[in-house]
Amino acid sequence: MNFELILAIIIAAYLRKSFQTKKEFPKWYNILSIIFYGGIVLLVLNITVGRWTSVTRWLGHALMLYLIYILFVEDVFKKAKSILIAIAPFVLLSLLKDVSALINITQFKVWKNLIDTALGFSVIWMFIMWIITNKQRKELEKERIKTKHEEEQKILVESMNDQLEIQVRERTKEITQQKEELEHTLDELKSAQAQLIQAEKMASLGQLTAGIAHEIQNPLNFVNNFSELNKEMLEELKDEIAKPAAQRDDGLGNELIADLISNSEKINYHGKRADNIVKSMLQHSRASSGTKELTDINALCDEYLRLAFHGTRAKDKSFNSGMESVFDPSLDAGDDGSGKIKIVPQDIGRVLLNLLTNAFYEVNEKRKKEMPGYQPMVKIKTRRCDNNVEIEVSDNGRGIPEEIRKKIFQPFFTTKPTGEGTGLGLSLSYDIINAHNGQISVASVPGESTTFKIILPTS
Amino acid sequence: MKVLVVDDEHDVRLLFEQKFRKEIKSGEMNFSFAYSGQEALDYLRKSDQGAVLILSDINMPGMSGLELLKKIREESPAPPPMVMMITAYGDQQNRDSAKQLGADDFLTKPVDFNELKTKLKSVV
Repeated sequence: MNFELILAIIIAAYLRKSFQTKKEFPKWYNILSIIFYGGIVLLVLNITVGRWTSVTRWLGHALMLYLIYILFVEDVFKKAKSILIAIAPFVLLSLLKDVSALINITQFKVWKNLIDTALGFSVIWMFIMWIITNKQRKELEKERIKTKHEEEQKILVESMNDQLEIQVRERTKEITQQKEELEHTLDELKSAQAQLIQAEKMASLGQLTAGIAHEIQNPLNFVNNFSELNKEMLEELKDEIAKPAAQRDDGLGNELIADLISNSEKINYHGKRADNIVKSMLQHSRASSGTKELTDINALCDEYLRLAFHGTRAKDKSFNSGMESVFDPSLDAGDDGSGKIKIVPQDIGRVLLNLLTNAFYEVNEKRKKEMPGYQPMVKIKTRRCDNNVEIEVSDNGRGIPEEIRKKIFQPFFTTKPTGEGTGLGLSLSYDIINAHNGQISVASVPGESTTFKIILPTS
Repeated sequence: MKVLVVDDEHDVRLLFEQKFRKEIKSGEMNFSFAYSGQEALDYLRKSDQGAVLILSDINMPGMSGLELLKKIREESPAPPPMVMMITAYGDQQNRDSAKQLGADDFLTKPVDFNELKTKLKSVV
């Protein structure tokens, strides 16, 4: 059996197939095909025709040497150089054996065993190399598949990234558009809120128009009456002075002068009273400056108590209610203004107006039920308490059931009939007190009474 | 003539005392003052404090002038006093209510004291 021919056939077949020579390298495909089929023919001849044994062996050597040559020289088969390392010892030893036998048969017999042993090792070497190469090839194949898979994954990821980027760009565009729309809506809402606040203020002011008119009318009446009186008294005094000294009534003169002085003070007092009411009204209708000012909280409470009373009265002539104010003297402004506290007066005024108008509304509703012995009463109380001021507004009206009490500070919540309440009064009051770092709370006994308590820091 | 003035504004007293200085000094008129409806009612219920004429504001906290008028007419002290209503609200509804409840006259603020003086003197 000629192993070299078998090896040449196997290597030729392997190279022809592995390097896709038919498609990529047709020239080498043809050469390797000649070796492959030539090798088969020679092998058949080697087996069947005894005379050809020597010829086929040398042709086998030639084929193998040629294969070693092309494996060593041709770049096409660079990747198959490990085959060269595997087969080279066997091919060379086999050639050496035949050459030795041809040149010196005597010497050959001496070396034959040694060469056969070496040939045996070269076959083992060839198999080991075959196994190692095969293993490496498999690992390389595995690595190649892995790399290919990774590349595919990378391409997939890149493609997904691209797609994602497109989606992100589209989404960003949508979000930006939505953001702009939301900002626009927010601006509109802020504007609507400001309009609502203003509308609520003007509504509460509108309800009080008659009350305000009454409050201004009263001091103006005093101004008119006292100034008319002064004119009359001055004429009387002039007449008295014109009398001869002996007929003059000094006591009357002094009395008239004292009254004139007192009346002037009263004119001044009532003028200021009207002035304060007009200023408060203007402050109430104007947008709040948000600036805290030193304010006489007792005077503010008193003023809004009267305004709320007359406002309710103006809407319903049959309405009447008792009023009681208990003011902490330490909160009176005093001559040096030491009793004043720092608040935004028009804002706190609005809170007081809301609470007091609600209180008068409540007692009036209860009064309409004509309960025997019922005396409507609204009270306002101030108290200094450490670094805080407490303001309590209470009424003996219908009270607030617990389920409603939880909702009264929510915007647009109202129990009043349509058109009588905006539902914003207490909600805005809550916001105003919060903005003052204060607290507002409500306690109520349904059917009996309600008390709102405001706690404001004094500074 | 005993006159009871009912008004929650305390300065009204000064106006009457100065405007009717001569009448008060001469004893022609005697003014008393009440600052709420209830106070006026309490005053009138004392038999020796009877007033011939009552001048009452309508718009007062607690008992209003109209409620006071109603109670005065219900309790009918003898002889029934003359009642003049004074208010800042000069509307017809108040006038009608006051008339229905038995008011003898109706004045609108600001009160013309010369006119009032003439009216009071005519009563005297």
